[in-house]
Amino acid sequence: MDEPQHTALSGVVVEEHVFFTFTALCRASGADAAQLQAMVGEGLIAPTMSSGAAGAGRYSADSPADWQFSGDALPRARTALRLTRDLELPLSGAALVMDLLAEIESLRSRLRTAGRLP
Amino acid sequence: MEFKDYYATLGVERTATQDEVKRAYRKLARKYHPDVSKEPNAEARFKNVAEAHEALIDPERRAAYDDIARRQASGQPFEPPPGWDSGFEFSGRGGDGRAGSPDADFSDFFESLFGRGGGPRGGPGGPGRGREDMRRGGGSARPEQGGDHHAKVSIDLLDSYQGARRTMTLRMPVEDGQGRLMLQERQLEVTIPKGVREGQHLRLAAQGAPGHGGAAAGDLYLEIQFLPHPLYRLNGRDVIFDLPVSPWEAALGATVTAPTPEGPVQLGVPAGSSQGRKLRLKGKGLPGNPPGDLYAVLFIVLPAAATEAQRAAYQALAQAFADHEPRASLNG
Repeated sequence: MDEPQHTALSGVVVEEHVFFTFTALCRASGADAAQLQAMVGEGLIAPTMSSGAAGAGRYSADSPADWQFSGDALPRARTALRLTRDLELPLSGAALVMDLLAEIESLRSRLRTAGRLP
Repeated sequence: MEFKDYYATLGVERTATQDEVKRAYRKLARKYHPDVSKEPNAEARFKNVAEAHEALIDPERRAAYDDIARRQASGQPFEPPPGWDSGFEFSGRGGDGRAGSPDADFSDFFESLFGRGGGPRGGPGGPGRGREDMRRGGGSARPEQGGDHHAKVSIDLLDSYQGARRTMTLRMPVEDGQGRLMLQERQLEVTIPKGVREGQHLRLAAQGAPGHGGAAAGDLYLEIQFLPHPLYRLNGRDVIFDLPVSPWEAALGATVTAPTPEGPVQLGVPAGSSQGRKLRLKGKGLPGNPPGDLYAVLFIVLPAAATEAQRAAYQALAQAFADHEPRASLNG
């Protein structure tokens, strides 16, 4: 094993500063094109805009090459993949689990905000 | 190398049918899956369960494992096949060693028996193990960008307030001159930006797997986890803590010294405050645009009447509040 290389790096916050093209999101999430399209179809992730189409802010369902995703699509796609793979769920089931998890998180955050109860 | 009892991990008998193995896995997967579970060590538990399932659900693997297990039981030490340690793994580890990769590979024990890249996780589209192996094995001359990698890093609340640097050690496979895969250790010094929140991800460009045929390297993604803090709770950018006050401070108002992540401040408790009242320190939450707020949640601490003088003080209170009926709301 070689001597460790030492590299100083700055991280970019994905959720705030990163946009993904369709292929970049495939690579980053580990999903293949069909899985990612199915997630869009299920409403799990949504293209924010279409870089090529004329109507800004809208995306065309049949031209994934033009799709663009905001950074939070990455953790959502990865969570959906893990749930479908590890719990053998269909994508619709994973979507339901993720909706319920979001609801639990919002209830938990209300508890955290409420403070210690007597 | 540690021998793993996969039957014990799944809680099934050695004679269990494939259906029973599957059922046990599903039940445990629901309980420990790191995306849904709040159990302690859910991630490590789930990894063990998934590995045991992967080993036992495939009849050929199960037969091979049973064979090894029989020899183990008869007193022969477990000897892995030659070359078991030539594999590689990817794991991200913070300087404190508390962070690990969520898609970390199975144990050395598993890989010594079954190799790498087997099973559904290595299949097309699976985000987990084996993808790199298959790409490398293909011998394709077509330039291909390296795969993206994922790891986790744990930080303290103060790291988000102030920004921080973390030294991470990554073990990455690289090809040596003869086309063999070697593990190379790399140290990355990562700047954690101010204001980063729980669950967010950092992208480190070109720090993933190396590309092939002159193509660019993949990226490395770090998931931010906050280590639990004894005082502060988080809600997005807002930071919350409990502020204990005495009954007279709450009733009469007071100026108290309160901790904040950036140091103690003088905080005015308004007269007539009740239990659970939130005092907001605007902009004193996690930095950002806009920054979060810091909330002190009042928690009234009732002292016990231990001495004669203290009992007298409560009695005086009772006389002064003769009209007070705390249970008025119960009387309909």
